[in-house]
Amino acid sequence: MGKMIYLDNAATTKTAPKVVEAMLPFFTEFYGNASTVYEFGAKSKEAVSAARETIANAIGAKGNEVYFTAGGSEADNWAIKATAEAYKDKGRHIITSKIEHHAVLHTCQWLERNGFEVTYLDVDEFGVVKLEELKKAIRPDTILISIMFANNEIGTIEPVAEIGKIAKEHGVLFHTDAVQAFGQVPINVDELNIDMLSSSGHKLNGPKGIGFLYIRKGIKIRSFVHGGAQERKRRAGTENVPGIVGFGKAVELAVENMQARTQKERELREYLIGRVLKEIPYTRVNGDRTNRLPNNVNFCFQFVEGESLLIMLDIKGICGSSGSACTSGSLDPSHVLLAIGLPHEIAHGSLRLTLGEDTTKEDIDYTVEAIKEIVGQLREMSPLYEDFKKKQGN
Amino acid sequence: MYSEKVMDHFKNPRNVGEIENASGVGTVGNAKCGDIMRIFLDIDDNGIIQDVKFKTFGCGAAVATSSMATELVKGKTIKEALNVTNKAVMEALDGLPPVKVHCSLLAEEAIHAALWDYAEKNGIQIEGLEKPKNDISEEEEEEDY
Repeated sequence: MGKMIYLDNAATTKTAPKVVEAMLPFFTEFYGNASTVYEFGAKSKEAVSAARETIANAIGAKGNEVYFTAGGSEADNWAIKATAEAYKDKGRHIITSKIEHHAVLHTCQWLERNGFEVTYLDVDEFGVVKLEELKKAIRPDTILISIMFANNEIGTIEPVAEIGKIAKEHGVLFHTDAVQAFGQVPINVDELNIDMLSSSGHKLNGPKGIGFLYIRKGIKIRSFVHGGAQERKRRAGTENVPGIVGFGKAVELAVENMQARTQKERELREYLIGRVLKEIPYTRVNGDRTNRLPNNVNFCFQFVEGESLLIMLDIKGICGSSGSACTSGSLDPSHVLLAIGLPHEIAHGSLRLTLGEDTTKEDIDYTVEAIKEIVGQLREMSPLYEDFKKKQGN
Repeated sequence: MYSEKVMDHFKNPRNVGEIENASGVGTVGNAKCGDIMRIFLDIDDNGIIQDVKFKTFGCGAAVATSSMATELVKGKTIKEALNVTNKAVMEALDGLPPVKVHCSLLAEEAIHAALWDYAEKNGIQIEGLEKPKNDISEEEEEEDY
């Protein structure tokens, strides 16, 4: 394989070498089960506790409020299903948004088929949840508000503080999927009135297969996996010790360098957006331009289809992603792009590029040149562009 | 995901472009679904397809099937062109992933639509050719969440 420029860090990230280094001893040296009595197992237990503390500190929580899971999707499923189960006598209404990750949306749809009612809030053209709509949607039987911290496709950061305040005022639990936001923006669960928060290790240079759900102390929540006494009997199964240790290390590094890393990413992001908008006509940026994840860029190139664009970028060694129908296996483009009001044919031409710690200005320059060339080629081939040009000529 | 042949026709699509004053032009597909194919035919007095060009908005498979379909009908009679089915296009490309089979149907329909246009322009009937049903539709439907 030749040159590769990886701009899909919202999909997953490289596990940091320091993270791998921290994990390795827990495979071959300290492989003891953390739940055993002997000293050897205690090594694992200590490592799990230390990672739990690091992670809890990073969000302003206590160690006993952090429950490790196999990832972000599991944490989302758990938060929503178990809240529904535990609070169903109080009510059967849940509020979420139209732009959630499928781990939340499909879980809510499943609950709808099982006797719950769900309100899917609209977002504005930038992907921001409408707070007035949220207030209006709250009913006496509302038991949960689940709204993502930041959107995975368009990078918009939601007004989490306001949502938390509204939830608290109405005595409704607030869960947030922070899979994309954790490690990118500072989070404090107390200041933001967050009751539950989902996160995943591999989005912040940690390993895959590990995540956590933060559950505020005092919240009634059912076990997600029944079995042993791990995770305070709420999520059974032998601890993924190397994964937990790696996650802890990744969080430590992410918190440590958050300011410098995100500042650099933000500058490169703005440089990328600026060049593309200036040099490629009929292009738009999706998502909020200010309240935005530092590493997220999402474009729509009119008259161009996203999958074609991705394959041609791949030929040039650039990894990106798209919300086009052809990349999702259905005929509809991304639900997020439709929710911000884009027509189908424009939503099909989306390109998401998510920068990482290692992204350089040279990478961005190479990528912009590649996009320019490819979009030009695809437009020359596009009947939509032909029609557009003819209309303009008239 | 794609066969080498698909990738070859995607990377180096044959017969991209337009034909001015074409004998027949057919556009099928729907921007909503992310696929639009337009095929231009140049048919001589003997009913031979002398030249064919295409323009496609769509995924890799849509571009590759358009390219292959134009190759398969070039130099053929109208009757032979009618026999270029989506199956033939797919086989010539060494197959397509299951979710992309509809792209090959579009290629077949685009050829039929162009032939239909040719028949209408010349006031003739082509045996075995039915009016293409698939055409660009710009109507918007409410999304069902």
